[in-house]
Amino acid sequence: MEKAIIGEKLGMTQVFKDDLMIPVTVIKAGPCVVTQLKSRDTDGYEAVQVGFGDKKPDSVNMPMKGHLKKSGSEALRVLAELPLDPAGYKTGQKISVGIFEEGDRTDVTGISKGKGFAGVVKRWGFAGGPSSHGARFHRAPGAIGQCATPSRVFKGKKLPGRMGSDRVTVQNLLVVGVDTDKDLLLVKGAVPGAKGTVVMVRESVKSKKKAKR
Amino acid sequence: MKEIETLERSQMKEDVIPFQPGDTVKVTIEIKEASGTGEKRTVRTRSQAFQGLVIRRQGAGARETFTVRKISFGVGVERTFPLHSPVIKDIQMVQEGDVRRAKLYYIRDKVGKAARVKKKKFTS
Repeated sequence: MEKAIIGEKLGMTQVFKDDLMIPVTVIKAGPCVVTQLKSRDTDGYEAVQVGFGDKKPDSVNMPMKGHLKKSGSEALRVLAELPLDPAGYKTGQKISVGIFEEGDRTDVTGISKGKGFAGVVKRWGFAGGPSSHGARFHRAPGAIGQCATPSRVFKGKKLPGRMGSDRVTVQNLLVVGVDTDKDLLLVKGAVPGAKGTVVMVRESVKSKKKAKR
Repeated sequence: MKEIETLERSQMKEDVIPFQPGDTVKVTIEIKEASGTGEKRTVRTRSQAFQGLVIRRQGAGARETFTVRKISFGVGVERTFPLHSPVIKDIQMVQEGDVRRAKLYYIRDKVGKAARVKKKKFTS
């Protein structure tokens, strides 16, 4: 069975394992409640909708209350769809971190930190110009095209604009530790987003490929 | 946040002696030496001591590190250890020093007699 869960990024620290210092991201993963099963007949695709986290019951509106009532839950911070086979799940069922164990490989998806309106040096890694020696070209993008032919700027030209706040997946992160009592998942390396970001942790695509072989 | 704090606390050693920059300490580390591959692979551990002047303590909680400086065959050698690393078997106080700053980087530019640190007269 495939494994997936949603959780909250708590922050980073380090742990010692076999005399080695390992950088880890601590994720408060689950417990998630299955709120709805999406089926091919009614929705056109298959997925498992789960909810995670707490919220003030007062701030839940009536339609949402009705939706959550089906799974026996009251107020959930977020709802998200996990790409799982709905056949193995029931509405109201709980998914906990226990599905993962030490040594698993995971893909972690989240929304990256927003950088605002960023220039071309920060956003695309352009070299920029020299900062002194009479230089009049510093961090500007420079020429963005040719002349009469083609007399337009090509689509996809790297230019300044909004950076960050993208959906980013980091692949193949090693699970360093699982704490089922506190619902904590320790994953080696960095994970997209700021502290408090909701992230989805899945069994890694690469490890699934390996298992098939 | 609290979860990370408790996690870090569980990583910390409890028997670390108090020492400060300016003190001379002897750090005993355990080194694993592996030889051979497959079934012939053997892992041997031996301990090695590194004695010198503590010139810096940095970080907090389980992430704290300290740097020890010594002169080895006329060459200055600095080694930074994670304070709570399981590799460190023992830290012994050799000499308490009396210094006026937290980071003793100035020692790097001093040679001979000037590169010393005053002994602490009254130990608490």
